[in-house]
Amino acid sequence: MSRDAARRDAKPMRPTMALLRKDLLLERRAPESIPAMVLFSITTFVLFHFGLGRDEVDGSLAAGVLLVTILFAAILGINRLFVAEHEEGGFDAVLMAPIDRTALFLAKGTALFLFLTLVEVVAVPAFAILLLGPSPWHGLPALIVTLALVNLALSSVGALVAALAIRTRSRDLIVPIVTLPLLVPALIAAARACAPLLAAHGDAWPAAKWLLMLGLYDLVFGLLAYAVFDFLLED
Amino acid sequence: MHGKGLRALTLATLVALSATFALVVFWAPNDADQGFIQKIFYLHVPVAIITLIAYVVAGIFAWRQLKTGSREWDLRSYVVIHIALIFNIVGLLTGAIWAKASWGHWWVWDEPTLVSFLIVFLLYATYQPLRFSIEDPERQARYASVFAIIAGAFVPLNFMAVRMATSLVHPRTFGTANGGLPGEMMFVFLVSIVAMGLLFWLIVKYEIAQKTLTWQIRALRRRLLGDDAVAPLGRSAAPTIAPQEAPAR
Amino acid sequence: MADAPAIELTGVGRRYGERWALRDATVTVPAGATLVIFGPNGAGKSTLLRVLATLLRPHTGTASVLGEELPRREWAVRGKVGLLAHDALLYRDLSARENLRFHARLHKLGEERAEQLLEATRLLPRADDPVRTLSRGLLQRVAVCRAVLHDPPLLLLDEPRANLDPAAAELIEPLIGRESGRTRVITSHDPVGGLAEADLALGLRNGSQALLGPTSEIDTAAVEALYR
Repeated sequence: MSRDAARRDAKPMRPTMALLRKDLLLERRAPESIPAMVLFSITTFVLFHFGLGRDEVDGSLAAGVLLVTILFAAILGINRLFVAEHEEGGFDAVLMAPIDRTALFLAKGTALFLFLTLVEVVAVPAFAILLLGPSPWHGLPALIVTLALVNLALSSVGALVAALAIRTRSRDLIVPIVTLPLLVPALIAAARACAPLLAAHGDAWPAAKWLLMLGLYDLVFGLLAYAVFDFLLED
Repeated sequence: MHGKGLRALTLATLVALSATFALVVFWAPNDADQGFIQKIFYLHVPVAIITLIAYVVAGIFAWRQLKTGSREWDLRSYVVIHIALIFNIVGLLTGAIWAKASWGHWWVWDEPTLVSFLIVFLLYATYQPLRFSIEDPERQARYASVFAIIAGAFVPLNFMAVRMATSLVHPRTFGTANGGLPGEMMFVFLVSIVAMGLLFWLIVKYEIAQKTLTWQIRALRRRLLGDDAVAPLGRSAAPTIAPQEAPAR
Repeated sequence: MADAPAIELTGVGRRYGERWALRDATVTVPAGATLVIFGPNGAGKSTLLRVLATLLRPHTGTASVLGEELPRREWAVRGKVGLLAHDALLYRDLSARENLRFHARLHKLGEERAEQLLEATRLLPRADDPVRTLSRGLLQRVAVCRAVLHDPPLLLLDEPRANLDPAAAELIEPLIGRESGRTRVITSHDPVGGLAEADLALGLRNGSQALLGPTSEIDTAAVEALYR
């Protein structure tokens, strides 16, 4: 069998599902990332209340508070993403399996995406109750779309940086200092997109260019991360 | 062999730098609004452009490293990023001085070049710590290359995003009131870009030659005195051992 | 395939920075035979195992495993090698059954295989406890199950009988012992037991090959000399 034929034979979907199921099962057995991220988000809202000295925020301030909080919460999840593999050498067992190694990237990215979505399901309502002045309902569909695009950006960059950092000596330092600057373009677009949605009489949909920018970011970094991920695993 | 052509390149760089300096100070017209201090533009903008190009080039070198597995490319990518970081700092400082002179503030958030320059600096400033945290030189080279590729693609994307988010109220380099740079300014500007490019290339070549020489001396000492007589290498962010035969792929 | 050697290494070396963890390893292991590797800690035993497991790429020399050249065709070797490493390579918060089912899915196997192994190693009563609650000996049994789950023709065993009492060792014998019919590479610190179990012996010292030959021609004193 030629190399290409064998490669095609090793479709990434099946192992991706197996790896993803395992990650979700692990998070259910020993919930670590999601509760920590939720708690962190709500605590940060409280901190913003006192730090800003304001009872209510709206518009671009609200967008900034919400998105920066989600970004920082994501850092916690990214830091934990490969810990289960790292402990007890689980990495080796996965690497020796006859699977396309990018399945690991797809599985970890999807897991992070699901974690972030779950966190937001709690954190965004909490934000609306605790801090947001105007009613969130009019911009909700657009907010969901924007946050989904943000989660996509966080999970593709996050899965790559997590894999990059896990076998360095200072994972907990490398993850935030590399991830945060990398996410600036996504934050710019997302914050601009969310600002009118969280304003008192804002539009129900953001300017298309911000969503396009987010989409472009997702596409570029998703594909790039997918292309270079293999190199982080071969020794 | 790495020293080859260094002398000629050094001379060319010196000539180009002197010419730029003379042109900027004595020939280029003073800006009508901003006066003499505007001439820092001839330093700031070329440095900024060279830096951004260098980051992208480093990403391409890094891609070659991953493709060929040859540590030569890692060395090139490392040195280019190293020097680009220094140029980046110079760009930020001159940008701040320019902002102070033109608009009265050390920092302006609505100048997209300057802002994206800061963000790019913050990203590349993590390159050295990342390398430093990986001990195995092979893995260090691979991981650094992955970073350099991602960051290289980040540079234009980031510039786009910042540019989109900035309301353009300040005069832009190529978009002044009378539409574009006057001919004399443009000429001096182009000479300056060439000079900065030469300077960048020269420093890169010097550093590569220096690193290669150090490695060769070390390899010779190990061969002559024995492996144990030479102190072991400490942890380092720089590529530490001589590029050798690429492992078969 | 049957007459081709399972492992053929010529001048294989692997560097870490300037230090050679393994230098000039040249060994041929016929299919179905057992190679035992002796050597003090840090002599390069684990490095050699990891090269054979496709987890490390050799920097020098040529290596072929199960007739496939490494690292060019390493993807063809994966899935045909079972590694019993020092770490259990299991997820601590999952049960033995969940771990095995996960690996079965990665290897495109059915779940019956996991059950069959759990039964063979008498793990069924504890199969649903998280493996972090298992004793070292039980954990090792789960690790053996994981290593042989996909019925690999080549087994790499890093001190397989550490932490096992004699009864447990007997239990896993059909899976990783000679009667399993697999080609085996075993690391050991026990000259007598190691030589008795293997056909070929390789001694490593500071990454270099210090001893090589059929076990019938090597006495325990030569092995013990490696550790001095």
